Amino acid sequence: MMISQLFILSSKGDHLIYKDYRGEAGSDVIDVFYEKVTALTGDQPPVVMSHKDLHFVHIRQGGLYWVATTTADSSPFSIIEFLNRLSGLVKDYCGSLSEKAIQMNFALIYELLDEVLDYGYVQTTSSDVLKNFIQSEAVSSKPFSLFDLSNVGLFGAETQQNKVAPSSAATRPIQSSRDPGGKSEIFVDVIEKMSVVIGSNGVLMKADIEGEIRVKCYMPSCSEMRIGLNEEFSVGKSQLRGYGAAVRVDECSFHQSVQLDEFQSHRILRLCPSQGEHTVMQYRLSDELPSAPPFRLFPSVERDSAGRLLMYLKLRCDLPPKSTAINLSASIPVPRGSVSLSQELSSPDQSAELQLQNRTVFWKIPRLCGGTQLSALFKLDVPGLSSASMLEVGPVGLSFELPKWTGTGLQIRFLRLSPVHPGPSQRWVRYVTHSDSYIIRI
Amino acid sequence: MPYLSGKETVKELRRALSNPNIQSDPLRYRNTVLKVIRAMSQGVDVSDLFSEMVKACATVDVVQKKLVYVFLCCYAHLNPELSLLVVNTLRKDCLDPNPMVRSLALRSMTNLRLPSLVEYVEQPLTAGLRDRAACVRRVAVLGWAKLHNLQPGSEIDGAVVNELYSLLRDPDPVVMVNCLRALEEVLKDEGGVVINKPITHHLLNRLKECDTWGQSEVLRVLQRYRPQSEDELFDILSLLDSSLVSPHPPVMAATLSLFLSLCSSLPAVSQAALERVRGPLLAACGSGSREMRFTALCHIQLLLRSIPGLLGEHYKRFFCSYAEPAYIKRRKMQVLVELVNDENVVMILDELKGYCTDVNTDTAQTAISAIGRIGQSYSDKCLEILTGLLGLKQDQITSAVVQTIRDLVWACPQCSDAVSSALEGCEEVLQDSQGRQALLWLLGAYGERISSSPYTLEAFIDGVRSETSMELKMELLTSTMRLFLCRPAETQDMLGRLLHYCIEEERDMCVRGQALLYYRLLQRGIAETRNVLQLRRSDPSMGVLIGRPAEPFSQWVSSFNTLEPLKHCSVEVESTSRGSPEHLASIPKSNADLPDDLDCRQLEMVHLGSDGAAQRLGCPAGLPAPGAEPSVTLSLSPAVTPEEFERLWTQRRASRSEQESADEGDDGTWIEDTIRCGAVPHCSPQSLHAAMQLVNIQTLAFTPSHSLPWKVFLYTHTWRADASCSTLVLGELLYAGELNPKRPAEGETEGNEQTQATADGDKDVKVTLRQQPHDVSALRVFLSVLTTVLHTLSSEVESE
Repeated sequence: MMISQLFILSSKGDHLIYKDYRGEAGSDVIDVFYEKVTALTGDQPPVVMSHKDLHFVHIRQGGLYWVATTTADSSPFSIIEFLNRLSGLVKDYCGSLSEKAIQMNFALIYELLDEVLDYGYVQTTSSDVLKNFIQSEAVSSKPFSLFDLSNVGLFGAETQQNKVAPSSAATRPIQSSRDPGGKSEIFVDVIEKMSVVIGSNGVLMKADIEGEIRVKCYMPSCSEMRIGLNEEFSVGKSQLRGYGAAVRVDECSFHQSVQLDEFQSHRILRLCPSQGEHTVMQYRLSDELPSAPPFRLFPSVERDSAGRLLMYLKLRCDLPPKSTAINLSASIPVPRGSVSLSQELSSPDQSAELQLQNRTVFWKIPRLCGGTQLSALFKLDVPGLSSASMLEVGPVGLSFELPKWTGTGLQIRFLRLSPVHPGPSQRWVRYVTHSDSYIIRI
Repeated sequence: MPYLSGKETVKELRRALSNPNIQSDPLRYRNTVLKVIRAMSQGVDVSDLFSEMVKACATVDVVQKKLVYVFLCCYAHLNPELSLLVVNTLRKDCLDPNPMVRSLALRSMTNLRLPSLVEYVEQPLTAGLRDRAACVRRVAVLGWAKLHNLQPGSEIDGAVVNELYSLLRDPDPVVMVNCLRALEEVLKDEGGVVINKPITHHLLNRLKECDTWGQSEVLRVLQRYRPQSEDELFDILSLLDSSLVSPHPPVMAATLSLFLSLCSSLPAVSQAALERVRGPLLAACGSGSREMRFTALCHIQLLLRSIPGLLGEHYKRFFCSYAEPAYIKRRKMQVLVELVNDENVVMILDELKGYCTDVNTDTAQTAISAIGRIGQSYSDKCLEILTGLLGLKQDQITSAVVQTIRDLVWACPQCSDAVSSALEGCEEVLQDSQGRQALLWLLGAYGERISSSPYTLEAFIDGVRSETSMELKMELLTSTMRLFLCRPAETQDMLGRLLHYCIEEERDMCVRGQALLYYRLLQRGIAETRNVLQLRRSDPSMGVLIGRPAEPFSQWVSSFNTLEPLKHCSVEVESTSRGSPEHLASIPKSNADLPDDLDCRQLEMVHLGSDGAAQRLGCPAGLPAPGAEPSVTLSLSPAVTPEEFERLWTQRRASRSEQESADEGDDGTWIEDTIRCGAVPHCSPQSLHAAMQLVNIQTLAFTPSHSLPWKVFLYTHTWRADASCSTLVLGELLYAGELNPKRPAEGETEGNEQTQATADGDKDVKVTLRQQPHDVSALRVFLSVLTTVLHTLSSEVESE
């Protein structure tokens, strides 16, 4: 794998960063790339494009284009993984990924690019190694922006409880080795993504959970960390442990730095976290949820006497009563030719709108407690509504966040750092479940 | 400085850089340098500041040094003289006690890319190779590669190469990997770094020390190694086993690539490796990065070409998620089509049905044609869904469905009844010309079963004046002609009007030419017309090709883990924009001028792309490997199209009838021979095709098995290494039948040799070969290969 040039563009095509490693082509390829990528039609795969004998491989992260030019025989896995890792590094060093953060820290990013690649070959991407070489200080973007405020609920819905870290806590740059001040903190996040398909008869047709344990470390020197998972945690179908309700996953894989000698006996992961963000463990559970799916939808779709389309939707949250779902949004495709929408929603904080170009009704619900249900009545004016076009309603896609809840039931029993770090240090454990794709057929 | 033009920015910066007050304040000086770099990365041409920046380089501030070096490396090629000044500073830095400064200086020096500076760089580079600090050695090793590429054609310094080889044993793994990379570049002309047994074992033993990038690099280089014994091979494989299931996709892919190249002769081991890699590959398909997901999907498509059953039970992993971009959904559906089996077909169809009304039209169309593809094996269920979609009366959906139905009926004529009842009323919904063209084709093909077809056509004919699409008018002409043949009373009048319009008023020459052709054809009489327009409603050869035969790994191994699979739509499914299915079969319609032996009414085309089933055949023992003969090899490229074949073949007949059994014309040779392999005509077209493919003979067309007379057309290229001359061989196999030893005598058989085929005639297949240019010995080799293949096949069929 050999990267000839590397550049970062904003979504509008502004040149943010450009580095030529091998001097094989001029910088005009940036514009060639941008023309090509904006000329693509919807279903054309954009990941790899070629121009003469140059090949562009790019990813999108943080609304930016991260592009590498390379030769045809390069491994796409390597290049894409590298670009992802690079964007992760930039995020670690600059605190967040945005056009602004990159513009403010370009000296640091050039430094990073210089150390990460030489002559187009990856030298290292480990933040432990890199921190010895990077000299520039990160410039944080404004600590309080409206954007941050809107994000507050991301992990902790109830920020007033001092037990929950504010979501902005983890969007700051990692410290460089020479700066002893600043809080030393460590975040361990259990993040799960659910993809569920519920058939029109209410039968669960597909249910997958993909999860990961992510460690974000802001400790200048952390020698060893031990993460204890549920004792009942089991991998595979046959193996059952403990007496409590089993926490089961089908497959699980670990970062290569994780030591597993205590995993078999006590479900303990041992690792020496390096600064920045790392995925320590990934797991997945297929086809079987330990509890009922978190949401059910009871729809009824009919035509009223005035020829309007009536959709009566009842959404029930089957989470335990203590849990709450936030930022719910249901998208309901409606027949082509729908003109206008009138709605009756069961509480004032909900909202709904019809987006004509997507022919979809978006129903937004800020929060929904476990064990409760909501309802909505949508009336749509569809000129020339036929019984056939009723078939175009659905399937409903639901997106949501479930803070402090995991679909698999995975919990972190304890988090120990050794030797005990001198000075104040804080440890945070956070859980969140996102909807990857939660589809309910009608 | 957004309000200043580029020139003023540069002026401003120059003033600041040369201001002694700023120069004396390290922080302000650094900030000014920072501004220069910012301007540079925003695309302002700041090359004029070169001399000021050279001065700024002499500083103790490492951050400023780094920034200045970024600038210098960018503009050095414009100022070779001034760069000489920089080299002095850099050489001084190379002796700095701080290893970071040393490595920075060395890297910058080699990044200046100035051939004139090479003499100054060599000495610090040599010293760098022996530096105490690993980070300096890393830079120095790659520095030699940079230096070598700066002076193309220069001699390679043997001492340096030896030094690099010895650094493969460096304790630092990055230095080791960099040595591999540098040697690959320096020794490019000699085929790269030598991978012998000690080096291979050394690299394998240290694999675990490298990070993922280093591992994939080492694994890639090792692909060149050929183990000397089977024991060694299996030792290597067991060492690599843990990398095969690595959670890092680059390592997993590189290891699989290495496995496949090491085990190219052990298909069972390769298969086991693929099964082992299934888990990580599926995990990559669910990766958080959509680009990684796409890459994994494209590679899964490759694997499925050889092992269709690999992922059958994991089909749910390929269900599209709600927010995925259309290009990923498309790939997922292509994979789903490949995974269909009896157990999961209901679930998959149910899922695909959900996508058919997707808001994104591309996704909807892809889903519809995916259902059509599945319909080739599960026609009832799919037709039910497709006809149901017609009920939606949506123009884009209807258009996609009609096109899909046309393609489906072409492959499975048995569904035509269900189709013809569903088509009524579609014409009102259809808007685009692709969909209407498909409808016209269906009306032409099944007009006699669709009661309303003349009226539908009439509406099209009435609107022909305002029609802009040339293809649609051509299709309209053909369909009306065909309908006229089966329903003359209703159609005659409108056909007359259409022909009149097209001949008298139409501007497009193609349409007019077509209309004139049909007009003259009608003048020749209805029998003649029927003969020409006689319609093939289906392509039975496609029917058997549905369960696409597994390809051997070698078909795709070379493109695995490269950018290739991501670029092309590697499976040639669902191109929604194409003409009638007959045009796909790329053989011209039968015509009175064509010779009998190419009459396509009896022949079925095999698409050149659908390569053979050698895997399934399992390489019978009797088959010689391609090029088993010492000096002659057979090859398939350049490919011969059916048209070209036909032209060359008919040329043969012409020259032959003039010369009356002369052995060679000036443009080639023909020979005829017989081969005893009576069972061959009973074997399936697939196995024949696959067997031929195995020895690099391409079958171009054949009659279905068991039919009489049984014919196969094939071609290959021979290449003689000693004489380095290549020839094209075209051939025909003819089997006239067991009960009919005196084979059809028209034109075909006035040769000499085949008269001996008397008593044994019922077992003989007649071979007619044409070679161009003439090369008897190559032809003889070809004939012996062909004989062996046919004998092997024949014995296999008989034993079954």
